[in-house]
Amino acid sequence: MSEPMLNVESISIVFGGLKAVSNFDLKIYEGELVGLIGPNGAGKTTVFNMLSGIYTPTEGKIRFMEPDGITKNIEGQAPHILAKSGIARTFQNIRLFKELSVLDNVRIAMHNRIAYTPFGSVFRTKSYYQEEERIKSKALELLGLFNIDSKSMELAQNLPYGEQRKLEIVRALAGNPRLLLLDEPAAGMNTQETKNLMELISFIRKRFSVTILLIEHDMNLVMGICERLVVLDYGKIIAEGLPEEIKRNPSVIKAYLGEEATIDA
Amino acid sequence: MEHKTRNSILLAIVAIAVVVIPTSLIKIEVIDEYTAQILTLAGINAIIAISLNLISGITGQLALGHAGFMAIGAYTTSSLTMQLGLPLPLAIIGGGFMTAVFGFVIGFPTLKLTGDYLAIVTLGFGEIIRVVLINMKGLTGGAAGLKGVPGFTADILAQPVISFAVVTATLVLILAGITNFLLSSYGRAIISIREDEIAAASNGIPVFFYKMFSFTISAFLAGIAGGLYAPFFGYLNPTMFTFLKSVDFLIIVVLGGMGSITGTIIASYVLTYLQEFLRFLKDYRLVIYPFILIFIMLFRPKGLLGRTELSLVGLLNKVLQWRASKAKDDKEARR
Repeated sequence: MSEPMLNVESISIVFGGLKAVSNFDLKIYEGELVGLIGPNGAGKTTVFNMLSGIYTPTEGKIRFMEPDGITKNIEGQAPHILAKSGIARTFQNIRLFKELSVLDNVRIAMHNRIAYTPFGSVFRTKSYYQEEERIKSKALELLGLFNIDSKSMELAQNLPYGEQRKLEIVRALAGNPRLLLLDEPAAGMNTQETKNLMELISFIRKRFSVTILLIEHDMNLVMGICERLVVLDYGKIIAEGLPEEIKRNPSVIKAYLGEEATIDA
Repeated sequence: MEHKTRNSILLAIVAIAVVVIPTSLIKIEVIDEYTAQILTLAGINAIIAISLNLISGITGQLALGHAGFMAIGAYTTSSLTMQLGLPLPLAIIGGGFMTAVFGFVIGFPTLKLTGDYLAIVTLGFGEIIRVVLINMKGLTGGAAGLKGVPGFTADILAQPVISFAVVTATLVLILAGITNFLLSSYGRAIISIREDEIAAASNGIPVFFYKMFSFTISAFLAGIAGGLYAPFFGYLNPTMFTFLKSVDFLIIVVLGGMGSITGTIIASYVLTYLQEFLRFLKDYRLVIYPFILIFIMLFRPKGLLGRTELSLVGLLNKVLQWRASKAKDDKEARR
């Protein structure tokens, strides 16, 4: 089998005296959809923060494959550099640019590959106009795929909750990622909305051929779309495997439901 | 394409008119010399308030030492003309660059941190600059001040007209440059830092780089404002650049709207004129002025314009749209 796209080798992080994540391993291959689950406080978001550069792991290595097939160590690199190399993420508690328009939210994520200089912007060169035109139409096209292009001039904070979640995903996709990290995309959604979200995620995989790692509490969603699951508890991996296996894994049941439940079962 | 040219021509005409018409009015003495001086001072205040708004309102990093930057620009410009004999335009630009260097040096360690550290560091920096200026007697004249800074022109009678024209033209150029910059991808990148630093970084914006960029430009503009102030006033004294002066600039920015460049300009002219206008109240001025500020903040807590910009092109488009729809209604009514 080929090399993994993302190869996490026993990373740990310590906050003061607390080891929030210890010896976390993960291999993700190109095109996979992997779920990261676990009870509250298990350290899932901390793992995301290390993968996206917000935290630097205290120990361990993270390797990420460049488009040309060469792997590079990326642990501790700044978030904007990781975003440029193709890791995009969303946040558990939506972090949109609330007081900016929907369009601007998406355009900001395209700043990475801008083709004019600050001088070009001040003196309004030809490349400024061409590039702005291109960015705008690309952003609208992207918003159109998710049916929110009609709201492109509205402030992000005025969108209904579900569309805010959607917009955050669109913004992440605008940076042309190869690996998309979704932090609880279904949080706060009802059954129908979650169902729509599942379809949306499958659509994104196909349309953008992007590899996805997602954190989720909603078991229907996780079991429904993930190909592989990793279960985290108290900062340690307690199980890994296919959704069907995870469902029956005694230590997972114990982590979620407690000791007696397993005895009763 | 047509709209683009139409808008550029419109803006160019307005820009020239804003400089030329009042200048001519001062020249033929419709506007008296005293008012001309207030307008010139307001222009300088507007430049420095724009520079403060760029870092505090638009990038979201509070800075409290812009009087210090202004002082560096003012003293550098006067030294360059008085000691080295450089022509004034070069000296003013030199003052801007010198201030930018200072901005870069104090920004570098500070802007790596998240939070209001910049406010504290710039506050301290402003005071340090003032004390250093008092003690560098050879170059600055110390506490007695620096007299005889050459004006914009040797002709004393033409001084008010030329000062006004130079300051206002500089303000218009800076306004055009800043507005163009903010309406680009770079502007959006800088604004995204104010909105949410972590989200900006995760979406590929090099946060530290753009904070530095914005702060250095802000320092440069404050230096230019200082460089204009020196020949305009002709006399410099370190007590002109106290912390209270920095607060005055902050008041202009807050009142005009944090994040609104046009609001800042309006507030600069209104507040500078107000301070002069209230002089007939003698010492009560110091009571009335804060009262006016409190009232404005009560009724417009986000400042005069909030974060919106006054746009001539936007206004024109609205008028054209309104006329077009009216013409259409008339046509239908006639049927």
